[in-house]
Amino acid sequence: MIKFDKVTKTFGSDGQEVHAVKDVSLTINKGEIFGIIGFSGAGKSTLLRLVNLLERPTFGKIIVNEKEISTISQTELRKLRSRIGMIFQSFNLLSSRNVAGNIAYPLKLAKVPKDKRDERVEELLRFVGLEDKVNKYPEQLSGGQKQRVGIARALATSPDILICDEATSALDPETTEEILNLLKKVNKEYDITILLITHEMHVIRSICSRVAVMEDGKVIEQGNVYDIFSNPQSKTTRNFISSVLNDNLSPRLLDRLHREHSGNIYRLIFTGGVSSKPIISQIAKKYNLDFNIMYGSIHELQDQLYGNLIVELIGTDSIVKEAVNELREIVEVKEVLGSESRLDHVLA
Amino acid sequence: MKVDWTTFWPKIVEALGETIIMVILTLLIASMIGIGIGLMFFVTREGNILENKTVFSILNILVNVIRPIPFIILLVAVSPLTRTLMGTTIGTMAAVFPMTIAASFAIARVVESNLVSIQPGVIEAAQAMGANPVQIIFTVLIPEALGPLILGLTFITVALIDFSAMAGTVGGGGLGAIAMSYGYQRFDTSVMVVTIVILIVLAQGAQYLGNYLSRFFLRR
Repeated sequence: MIKFDKVTKTFGSDGQEVHAVKDVSLTINKGEIFGIIGFSGAGKSTLLRLVNLLERPTFGKIIVNEKEISTISQTELRKLRSRIGMIFQSFNLLSSRNVAGNIAYPLKLAKVPKDKRDERVEELLRFVGLEDKVNKYPEQLSGGQKQRVGIARALATSPDILICDEATSALDPETTEEILNLLKKVNKEYDITILLITHEMHVIRSICSRVAVMEDGKVIEQGNVYDIFSNPQSKTTRNFISSVLNDNLSPRLLDRLHREHSGNIYRLIFTGGVSSKPIISQIAKKYNLDFNIMYGSIHELQDQLYGNLIVELIGTDSIVKEAVNELREIVEVKEVLGSESRLDHVLA
Repeated sequence: MKVDWTTFWPKIVEALGETIIMVILTLLIASMIGIGIGLMFFVTREGNILENKTVFSILNILVNVIRPIPFIILLVAVSPLTRTLMGTTIGTMAAVFPMTIAASFAIARVVESNLVSIQPGVIEAAQAMGANPVQIIFTVLIPEALGPLILGLTFITVALIDFSAMAGTVGGGGLGAIAMSYGYQRFDTSVMVVTIVILIVLAQGAQYLGNYLSRFFLRR
């Protein structure tokens, strides 16, 4: 478990202070995969480095595994760091050591005897699927392979926390998927708590259970990934979400739809179990309405479905209104944008 | 008066031996001092693992003061100190002292610039794994910088062959002394040509060996 309690980190001194992290309170539960998303400069990288004290907090408390860490001694710090594995965007492997040497490095630091070291290295190579690369040097590996070595190295001392600093940002989409799957496996098989930072929403969507959105040093929104995706509160969060759930129509298409269709256009958002029920056809039958589905998408988020439809309701105004009211009430439709509020709103 | 080559060759061989001893001895001592200073210089830099403004400033001033002095001037300037420490200013051993001073600071710079080229993230990763500053120096900094460092030392070795010849002109032994006193002062072109050829072969040999070693350590 990691707990940030009103943590602030300031760089520089009088007059030239930079507040990288401002009054952040967060709790990362044991065994979960927690993501922090933000644009570069949002302070997420500093926040991550506070966990293993690569940066020290200016104010506030950080509790790792029930222990307040900002006041610990050098010996305890070394112990703490061996409980926290870390992987990086640029992998940061030692170019002078081969794959086995890199994975064994933290064990050497911890003075683990050679036979135990070799055993552990072999085990980890199997886990990350690089048995055939033992004697290769980092520059002979692809990006994905380097990150696998990075993960194996981070796991060498059997930590209970893994922190990931943009671990997939330097990788192509396919390799990103592989590495994310490997992280999922790390989380499941070793029950390791993972705290990751990223600027890519699809990383959050694929593996995180909870997420915090950071902007300008502050956590502006946090919660369940499903809740954040289905009901984002801030503009920044909406922007991040629209990068993966592209449910906005292009202005040109909207314009054309508007010209071609005279009925009332609504956006229906389906969340939770509702997305698998035949709501539209039920309503259509009941009110004798015609539904014209103009645009739609259904996404899977944390094993739940999340649907988004733009529909045209064709019927008399009063019947449409009644139907919309029923939609709002019974079926947990989260948001309905009326055509009277102009189409730009659908865009927003 | 031209030299008699039948009796002169042993002199050349002896001088070659002196040159090699001067260069190797200087290289060994100066490498130890230079790598030490270079490492200190790097780790005490702002934001680095053993940040220390005082040590850094002192080293910075020292390096910047010694480095720009032309070797021939340094050679003469430190001669009183040479006499105190070595007992004499004449001969091979006396030449090693000023050569070591010059080479140490040159090596310190080379070491420092090689260390700067190490990705800072690699050092951060070692810290995150619990490495202390001393462990970082010996398990990260030195091994990571070794390949390019050997190339740098090779460059210094070739410069030392040059320095040793200069030391020869002011009483140090070696091929430089031969070239000066027989080739230059007695206008014997054959001596000049022979010493130049030997010096070129030496420099080439050093370069070749250095390239080989650095390739071995760079593992490319």
